[in-house]
Amino acid sequence: MSTTKPEQTAPAVVAPPLELAGDELLVVDDVKKHFPVTRGIIFQKEIASVKAVDGVSFTLKEGETLGIVGESGCGKSTLARCIMKLLEPTAGRIIFEGRDITNLSRAEMRPVRREMMMIFQDPYASLNPRKRVGFIIGEPLQVHGIGSDSEIKRRVQELLEIVGLNPEHYNRFPHEFSGGQRQRIGVARALAINPKLIVCDEPVSALDVSVQAQILNLLKDLQRDFGLTYVFIAHDLNVVRHISDRVMVMYLGHAVEIADRDALYAEPKHPYTGALMSAVPLPDPDAGRARKPVVLQGDVPSPINPPSACWFHPRCPRFHAGHCDVETPQLRPLGVEGHVAACHYPLEGWPLTEEEFRGSGAQLPPAADRDE
Amino acid sequence: MALLDVKDLKTYFRTDDGIVKAVDGVSFSVEKGKTLGIVGESGCGKSVTCLTIMGLNNRKTTISSGEALWKGQNLIGLSPKQLRSIRGDEIAMIFQDPMTSLNPVHKVGSQLVEAILLHQDITKSAARRRALDLLKAVGIPRADARIDDYPHQFSGGMRQRVMIAMALVNNPDLLIADEPTTALDVTTQAQILDLMKRLQDEFGSAIIMITHDLGVVAEVADDVVVMYAARVQEEGEVRNLFKRPNHPYTWGLLGSLPRLNQDVERLVQISGQPPSLLFPPKGCRFHPRCSYVMPICSQTEPELADVPEATGHHRVRCHLDQETKDHEAAKLIEGTLAEAS
Repeated sequence: MSTTKPEQTAPAVVAPPLELAGDELLVVDDVKKHFPVTRGIIFQKEIASVKAVDGVSFTLKEGETLGIVGESGCGKSTLARCIMKLLEPTAGRIIFEGRDITNLSRAEMRPVRREMMMIFQDPYASLNPRKRVGFIIGEPLQVHGIGSDSEIKRRVQELLEIVGLNPEHYNRFPHEFSGGQRQRIGVARALAINPKLIVCDEPVSALDVSVQAQILNLLKDLQRDFGLTYVFIAHDLNVVRHISDRVMVMYLGHAVEIADRDALYAEPKHPYTGALMSAVPLPDPDAGRARKPVVLQGDVPSPINPPSACWFHPRCPRFHAGHCDVETPQLRPLGVEGHVAACHYPLEGWPLTEEEFRGSGAQLPPAADRDE
Repeated sequence: MALLDVKDLKTYFRTDDGIVKAVDGVSFSVEKGKTLGIVGESGCGKSVTCLTIMGLNNRKTTISSGEALWKGQNLIGLSPKQLRSIRGDEIAMIFQDPMTSLNPVHKVGSQLVEAILLHQDITKSAARRRALDLLKAVGIPRADARIDDYPHQFSGGMRQRVMIAMALVNNPDLLIADEPTTALDVTTQAQILDLMKRLQDEFGSAIIMITHDLGVVAEVADDVVVMYAARVQEEGEVRNLFKRPNHPYTWGLLGSLPRLNQDVERLVQISGQPPSLLFPPKGCRFHPRCSYVMPICSQTEPELADVPEATGHHRVRCHLDQETKDHEAAKLIEGTLAEAS
């Protein structure tokens, strides 16, 4: 439990109430996950908390893909685990198919878990090396008591076929497969009980580009064939753009911008999104060398002691003293419908030159804050 | 004369299962002040090529042949002592993982000083001043305080800066960077690439950049070598390679990239898996996965031949006729290859 005093959690932050249309598959409402930092061995005293996720809200319709991008440590994986209830959120609500699942017990969660599955980043660590592939893929069916042994076997072989593996490899062990094939096994396992929602936590980050393309194509085909809904987490903006309908950009445990894919990539509003996009190298020698990346100063600050007000202000090229470090920006509508960003001085257009990016009246953030 | 001239380099590993031909007849050269990009998927031999040049493979289990002429001197077969005087001095290396390539129990300052004292005959305090200058040059804030920090007190990007500083201590003529930004976030990657570019302008070093990220290669390299299954499949000036790619494998690599500025419904995928280097396929090594495969491809391996009508250096190893190649390359560049297939 967090013992953080209420006045420390920025009193100015009042999340706007979520507007629900009623047909959302998943609603994440102001979810927070704080990990305690303790000192002492016997009498553990909480001295601080890591605010890994600090008030994130979004909704997801059936058949939609929400991409979540952000750098390491921005809280995107913690958020995924909170959605799956693998971690208990510190605060906030998670509503799945109209039902609040935030406070369900493990036993109550079990039927819900049939509807949501997860694909993990590391295809080497996420498969038990001592179990045969048939067992690994069939395990969700067994856990939920679906079908007899022979039915499970048939279903597993069907799944192997769906994800493009040889059904005869039923009795092999994970080490007999390559990285891309293992990730296919992870996908087959996630599909086993026909879930509605699949949370993909960096499913292609560990793969080579050609294999990455195979898995991305597979995920898209499966979505089309089975009407799946994805939460797709990645740090690669190109990959997220390829697979997502909507994209959420996270920084230090907060959503800084949410928009439809095309709107976000055509006209990013938050300076952090702009900096991320300008930093992606282009596989084209002419366009690539012509682009001028906005090089951010320093590193992402520690989530134990995050900056005051706007979380991005110590690194922001558009920093305005007395505003950005005093008043916390709220997600507000900018540009086309459904496009929201949390910034006092959003970008006016895209692409921007370095001067335009900096904008008028911007100052260098205070040097003390800039150090790392 | 090129700074480094690699000719028919072969590196074989003896294993319990047989001989793995990790590098099998690779040739390329690096000019002074230029950047050479080596691209390919995991296991294609790009890292082993550079480890062989540096003499860093296990001597007991490795068989190396061919030439790596460094300023006219063949590095292959030099004694460990001779290599040590070149390594870290004239040729320096940056490794992929900044978390594991610094010694965690020594302060970063003393690790830098050690590298300086190994090759230069100066006092300890002069070496420390030099270390401090380098940390400042690679953009570490408050360098005078942080020089006495331990590696764990630095973030990933900062550690990679320390590694670059360490590689630069003796103003190397050649810097070999093995996936220097793969473990880093994009904004940090932009910082590190920017830094390497500026340092290259300042010190005039040549760089060999090993990476699987075609975006990085397109932006920093002057020349590119595409490796597949221990062999060079295509090489040439960066514009030739990206504007008129001539090998089906290169098309696959370029087509499988989702891009910020292009919409495709399906990505081009290379079917299948890279071959085992214990038993590489007969003929062209790419033919089992190639969608343009012809009968001749499984019989004879094509030579690495000059591409006709190329402006500047461009060579490719493929049996396809030039008309098909140019047609497919043009289709790919327009981004239509994906829809058509």
